[in-house]
Amino acid sequence: MSQTLGIVYFLFPLVVASMVPLALVALGALFSERSGVINIALEGIMVMGGFVGVMSIRYIEMATTLPPQLIAFLGLLIGAFAGFVFSFFHAYASINMKSNQIISATALNLFAPAIAVFVARTIFLSRRVVISGNYLIREVPILSDIPIIGRLFFTRAYLSTYLGVVIFAVLTIVLYKTRLGLRIRSCGENPHAADSLGVNIYKIRYIGVLISGALAGMGGVIFVLSFATRFDGTVVGFGFLALAVLIFGQWHPLKILYAAFFFAAMRVVASTYSGIPVLQDIRLPAEVYRMLPYVATLVVLAFVSKKSQAPRAAGEPYDVGKR
Amino acid sequence: MKFPWGGKRARGNGDGGGRIVQGALQKVAHRPASISAFSSILAIVSGLLVGFVIMLIVNPGDAVPGFLTILFGWLSEGSRSVGDMLYFGVPIVLTGLSVAFAFRTGLFNIGATGQLTMGAFTAVYIGVNWGFLGAFHWIVAVLGGMIAGAVWGSIAGLLKAFRNVHEVVSSIMLNYIAMYMNTMLIVQLIYNRQYARARSPLPSAHIPTWFLRDIFPGSSVNIGIFIAIGLTILLHIILNRTVFGYELKSVGFNRDAAKYAGMNAKRNIVLSMTISGALAGIAGAIMFLVAGRHLEPVNQLMQEGFTGIAIALLGLSAPIGVFMAGIFYGALEQGGYYLQLYDFMPEIIDIIIAVIIYFSAFSLFIQTYVAGYLRRKLGAEVELQQGTEIK
Repeated sequence: MSQTLGIVYFLFPLVVASMVPLALVALGALFSERSGVINIALEGIMVMGGFVGVMSIRYIEMATTLPPQLIAFLGLLIGAFAGFVFSFFHAYASINMKSNQIISATALNLFAPAIAVFVARTIFLSRRVVISGNYLIREVPILSDIPIIGRLFFTRAYLSTYLGVVIFAVLTIVLYKTRLGLRIRSCGENPHAADSLGVNIYKIRYIGVLISGALAGMGGVIFVLSFATRFDGTVVGFGFLALAVLIFGQWHPLKILYAAFFFAAMRVVASTYSGIPVLQDIRLPAEVYRMLPYVATLVVLAFVSKKSQAPRAAGEPYDVGKR
Repeated sequence: MKFPWGGKRARGNGDGGGRIVQGALQKVAHRPASISAFSSILAIVSGLLVGFVIMLIVNPGDAVPGFLTILFGWLSEGSRSVGDMLYFGVPIVLTGLSVAFAFRTGLFNIGATGQLTMGAFTAVYIGVNWGFLGAFHWIVAVLGGMIAGAVWGSIAGLLKAFRNVHEVVSSIMLNYIAMYMNTMLIVQLIYNRQYARARSPLPSAHIPTWFLRDIFPGSSVNIGIFIAIGLTILLHIILNRTVFGYELKSVGFNRDAAKYAGMNAKRNIVLSMTISGALAGIAGAIMFLVAGRHLEPVNQLMQEGFTGIAIALLGLSAPIGVFMAGIFYGALEQGGYYLQLYDFMPEIIDIIIAVIIYFSAFSLFIQTYVAGYLRRKLGAEVELQQGTEIK
């Protein structure tokens, strides 16, 4: 029993660390798709946010002696801002230019790693952007003394976890309990009806895409701070995994949380299964666990797509003349 | 006034030089194909311009020679660099054809990278193990890659046809499944522990070079270029000269109308994705059935599949256009190879390609609005001229 508890104590913070960026980026994708714009550029936006955020952290580290958590907070904000700006290109292409949203997103996905590696190699002569990496919170004072919960949630944690919980809660409320949220959702379901009631479709869709950009940009920084002490010009498919989370979660915030937990758990199992007694005996290659979220998403798609919960107008440029 | 922007009336008056320019513009405004070609060229120019500006910012002194190297580097070592340009171009032509073929059926094959990965693994597996095939070894290996790619593509097609799953979404999942499967299978089946990569295919599995070695001495070009040319012609014939191609395009234009006309839309969707996957699979086989290039268990998507999207767009999804765009990409890639002489990182090529894709996404806008603008403008001018004539 105590051994099992030990494993849980060991694994839980790792799962949470993976789950936070997944859930946040998937929530961003939710905003974009609910407003009617498919955003498969999340991967690229994460790379861009991660790159700019980590570069900033590196320079703040060198120039100042701010407390590490403040530096992390600044890095997250800068990353979010970078994602916000970068996603503007996708918004402009898909909303104003009525482009194919997959094509413009593909362009962003190719552009971000190219420019990140190009700039890093030009400045540092290496694709790596190295930071001190000292952003783990070992334990939160007082709160970590609460039995079980204290150890699970308030030791070996990251600032981004608490920030992520707040952002997730606030944005979920915005989407379902405010006028703006209602407008966003209406633009993805029936933009013509929304337009006839005086909603500015273009503006709302911009808001949706830019929120997704900010969340993905922040997610990129979270990814680097939680898993590495350097940025390599990639977020190893996290952006696409977040898209799978969105689909697996059937475009619903609470289900997105479950999906993110499941996907994060699979990731953790893939890298630590040799330390988990039950899985040690099965001896499956790590790739099986890494593949599982994608396979599960395909299966879900195959079985529910006929009554899919996806926003009806997602992916279609808004055309006033088309009814 | 029947044709307010028609050629004859406009030519009847006005001065000589303006008349010719106006006539040319009218032709452009009239023919959608030239408008789309115009938008392709605009996208390429924009991409190159952005690349040039970035080079100016990074290193103003070397920006001009560096930029010229990107454009004309493929000429710098004569037949050797021309051969390498073709070598770099071939896989991209094939992935471009793969994406373009699906486009014509109204399908967006973003999964070329996964199909290419499966094709590459299968080809290398056969190349490593089936030495008993002798002279047929490389042919079987390429065919194996083709079949693996076809199977992988057909999954997305089946899901689309029978379960209404959007092919973009399923292809993204299939890309990552292929990536992890590739890593797993390399380590399980054809691993070279010493170098932490897949074993080398036997020489009998290498794509032959035939007489190309004599024409382009020192370059890596092989008969993959003939395979690419052959497939380009084949696809051109299928799409433009056969009932099957006509059906595919009809399904692409309007699935319901095609169904109403008695075509089997589901079958055509599955077939289109299968053929598209087969092309990407061949690309994977040709990329890795060469000396000195190895599959690695690194869990990275192969970018060639995504570059294929750019090439398909630039080539206007027409096989011959795709071929030219693919070779153009080979030239850029070859230029990027020489670029390091000037202290520029070769990633500038990827930046240029990304910008080109971004602007080619605008093609629809450019086509409708530029054409509309030209027509409006020319039409107004013609009316104006007619007005003065009456006076």
